[in-house]
Amino acid sequence: MAVSISKKRIKTAMIGNHAVAQAVKMARVKFIAAYPITPQTIIVERLADMVERKELEAEFVNVESEFAALSTVMGASLAGVRSFTATSSHGLLYMYEMIWWTAGARLPVVMAVVNRSIGPPWNIHVDHNDILTMRDSGWIIAMAENTQEVFDMIIQAYRVAEDKRVLLPVAIGLEGFVLSHSAEYIEIPEQWEIDSFLPSRDPDVPYSIKRGEKFSLGNLGKDENHMLLKIAAMKAMDNARKVIYEADRGYGKIIGREYGGLVERYKIDDAKYVLISMGSWSGTIKEAVDLLREEGYSVGLLRIRYFRPFPYEEILKHLSGAKGVVVYDRDISLGKGGIIATEVLDYVDRNTSFWGVVTGLGGVDVSSKEFADVFKKFVMEIELNGFTKRETVYYLGGEVFEI
Amino acid sequence: MKDQVVKKIDIDIDPRIYLISRPREGAAGRTGLWRVFRPVVNISKCIDCGICWLYCPEEVITWSKGSKISIDYTYCKGCGICSQTCPVKAIDMVPEEM
Repeated sequence: MAVSISKKRIKTAMIGNHAVAQAVKMARVKFIAAYPITPQTIIVERLADMVERKELEAEFVNVESEFAALSTVMGASLAGVRSFTATSSHGLLYMYEMIWWTAGARLPVVMAVVNRSIGPPWNIHVDHNDILTMRDSGWIIAMAENTQEVFDMIIQAYRVAEDKRVLLPVAIGLEGFVLSHSAEYIEIPEQWEIDSFLPSRDPDVPYSIKRGEKFSLGNLGKDENHMLLKIAAMKAMDNARKVIYEADRGYGKIIGREYGGLVERYKIDDAKYVLISMGSWSGTIKEAVDLLREEGYSVGLLRIRYFRPFPYEEILKHLSGAKGVVVYDRDISLGKGGIIATEVLDYVDRNTSFWGVVTGLGGVDVSSKEFADVFKKFVMEIELNGFTKRETVYYLGGEVFEI
Repeated sequence: MKDQVVKKIDIDIDPRIYLISRPREGAAGRTGLWRVFRPVVNISKCIDCGICWLYCPEEVITWSKGSKISIDYTYCKGCGICSQTCPVKAIDMVPEEM
């Protein structure tokens, strides 16, 4: 490891999964339960290793399944302990019931989801459909673009999750192999810097468990109570918008990196055309923006960092007056279309041209030149007809097509 | 004018309000209202064994040796387990009048 002289921060090359483990350690997580699954396994291995070497003072519980992992983590979090788990794809689906219970109980758990497509057919490569199955469950859902952001997001996630105005679990998505197994340059802040940003968890929030006190959580009750809980969680999600911005700025002040809150804006202020994406392939799309700008296209990227709470205000603001919008979805809701496109379309003006492009499923690679080519075809159609609106088109093997 | 149609409500987001319940009598309401069949005890047949008291899943049977049993109909759901387990068939399940 090369140690920089200034501020004693460590600057090193690190893979995404190790960045997750490092962030969990520096967030002073006290309880971990997780079950290994490709491509998340290295997170579990590294954390187990840290606990074994006593680098991390935490309880590490080996469990027999992902369902048990999140159940155990839920219990620890309920007891007031800062807790963590990580999973991917089929593992996420196996813990699906507990995903809703953890969110419903409003517990500040943080989970890393190493994105991997869901079978059949078996496939270990990335798309975003796994984390998007959590969409309606009450988890805050974030997607990182690079290894540094993965690290920063995990630290910030605890601050957001544990805020009394929020009290919701947070899932951080990092793309399988693309981020999880690729080494990138990363700067690790000093422990005291992290500590001053992230105080230790108040063990009495949201629940206070005292010896001799008896209560049950989520017991059968009035139907109206069930509905009120959902409305309260919706309000907590709304509050989270502000708290995420505060955490981003607060982190920026201490650590020196700010991302823009719910979204990241790339060359968007003067852009006539807006691209929208989420996750690590946004880095490739930024390259496409640069290529296109060199050719004279007025284009920028709005990268969704947080999919829940949905950044509708930011999207509305940046799409108003846009000539055209292209959404790149690495996911699909069968029977509807690209999930991001579907949600963004609510905020696209009737007269604004729009394409929802589904591509990259099952890890299909899309290069910056290909992203640019798809965009050029979009512009070509506008030039031919004056306007285009296609909710779902596909890009595969060099072709843009409908079915 | 719109404000008069749809009011804005300030909802408390503290999860404890909606999720925490504490043990107390009738925490889930007067569950005796669910009953379709009513366990009626023929107290002269009762042999004071306490088996129905042991099996009752709702703890609505009161028993102490020597004074036989009584049933709290406010919370008895009428499951009939007491009637089934009684060794001398001293408890009849009688349809409730609707």
